[in-house]
Amino acid sequence: MLKRVHFRRSYLPYLLVLPQIVITLVFFIWPALQALYQSLLIEDAFGLSYEFVWFENFIALFQDGSYLYSFKITIIFSAAVTFSAMALGLCFATMADRVIRGSSIYKTLLVWPYAVAPALAGALWAFMFDPTLGIISSFLKSIGYDWDHRLDGTDAMILIVIAATWKQISYNFLFFLAGLQAIPKSLTEAAAIDGAGPFKRFWTILFPLLSPTTFFLMVVNVVYAFFETFGIVHAVTDGGPSNSTSILVYKVYKDGFINLDLGSSAAQSVILMVIVISLTVFQFRYIEKKVQY
Amino acid sequence: MVENNRWVKVSSHLILLLGLAAVIFPIYIMVIATTHTGPALQRPPLPLLPGDQFFENLKLVLGEGISTAGAPPVALMMFNSMVMALGITIGKIVISLLSAYAIVYFRFPFRMFFFWMIFITLMLPVEVRILPTYGVAADLGLLNSYTGLTLPLIASATATFLFRQFFLTIPDELLEAARMDGASPMRFFWDVVLPLSRTNIAALFVILFIYGWNQYLWPLLVTTDERYYTIVMGIQRMLNVSDAVPVWNAIMTTAMLGMIPPVVVVLVMQRLFVKGLVETEK
Repeated sequence: MLKRVHFRRSYLPYLLVLPQIVITLVFFIWPALQALYQSLLIEDAFGLSYEFVWFENFIALFQDGSYLYSFKITIIFSAAVTFSAMALGLCFATMADRVIRGSSIYKTLLVWPYAVAPALAGALWAFMFDPTLGIISSFLKSIGYDWDHRLDGTDAMILIVIAATWKQISYNFLFFLAGLQAIPKSLTEAAAIDGAGPFKRFWTILFPLLSPTTFFLMVVNVVYAFFETFGIVHAVTDGGPSNSTSILVYKVYKDGFINLDLGSSAAQSVILMVIVISLTVFQFRYIEKKVQY
Repeated sequence: MVENNRWVKVSSHLILLLGLAAVIFPIYIMVIATTHTGPALQRPPLPLLPGDQFFENLKLVLGEGISTAGAPPVALMMFNSMVMALGITIGKIVISLLSAYAIVYFRFPFRMFFFWMIFITLMLPVEVRILPTYGVAADLGLLNSYTGLTLPLIASATATFLFRQFFLTIPDELLEAARMDGASPMRFFWDVVLPLSRTNIAALFVILFIYGWNQYLWPLLVTTDERYYTIVMGIQRMLNVSDAVPVWNAIMTTAMLGMIPPVVVVLVMQRLFVKGLVETEK
């Protein structure tokens, strides 16, 4: 944790950590504490008067159908994104690990969507699914499905799941590929000699050995789906139609920033904080385990 | 190689090619859309081959933007994005280098307290403290300014951890030698630690640049003046035009311009990118 040798004691280290600490205090810890405090208040929209109400905001939230609905949608959304992004990433990584020729070309061509901003990824897919002229929606129309994500909630949800997944595959691909390449070749070779085919080898050897990577990626993908997809939702569906894509992060923003319901928004922030903190703790316990062996 | 089965190899390539096609198809459609006029895109079926309007579209969005949608010219938004991305990247690297250096090379009261304080920022993304952070920025007069776009985002637990981890691997003998030669702490930092950290700084630069460029929620909160819009959040103005058909040729040209800088960074510095990604686990 600390070097054996040090510099003499002086004021210098305080000076060095000062910028980071000031920014942390002013823009992270102070606002977080304020969110905690505000979540216990009911305030009028102009901030002129407020009343201390203990946990009333939280109770109201969990009795509010629209919040529970948003919770449900968020879970469906993040489960769909996590599962499809991880399954596809793993599939491509397994294939790229098998082929020798061209695997670095595949890698180059598969990694860059990571760099595309979620909102821009959303724009791309919104164009392809545009109800009047999109290339995919007109194909769907030709086979009898009337796609319109501006009117149909399910269509809107499918659209943001696809856009969010498309961007995240590359990340999972990279980590799965690294995980696969770390598995000694001798293991698969031994299994091959024993007559295990490619499918059997994958399910009985590679997949179990990848479980640390899988676990780590699961946490990262859930965090991504919960928080970083705000841009897709805001830019493409704006939470609609009729709140069918209003995931939790979007709802905090909407209730606080647009509808100016400060107490409720603060309470929602606190709930999100609890979710992030538990996910982070979960992830760090895993990393500790990884370090041990 | 285990596999001598030709079919396994062929099918692997096939699946990979299918995957590539799925990943690249939206980009292809985007590029096609940037080469047609708006009316040409509104008459189905959509053209699948490039047209000749690319430079007109480019000129349109870069110079004028879509004023009806309340979006400024793309050239300005690109500039704002660049300022924000570089500001965040450089800011994060500088303050994280300094604090990691202090935490590793000095023994002082509250050292671990500071360390944990920095750690906590990991658990507090903008998304969970939207309104109060906005309130602080407003009170400090940071709305609609480049400082407001960058400063609140430059605390970084991941960068601090990465540098701390790396500094711990620098042999103690270097410090002993430097002290024997009478080097001051800052001298040692400039002449030894910084040059040794070059690769780590570069890898982090790639990741943080992408992070900074792709910010969405924060610019959305702190900018109300369109002169400070960034391209990633500005495109939302073009997409959400109520009661009107989106101007897809302009939107797609904007989207393309908005993804070029980070994608180029990834493709050109792929090795550093992968290193940065794996080390920060971001």
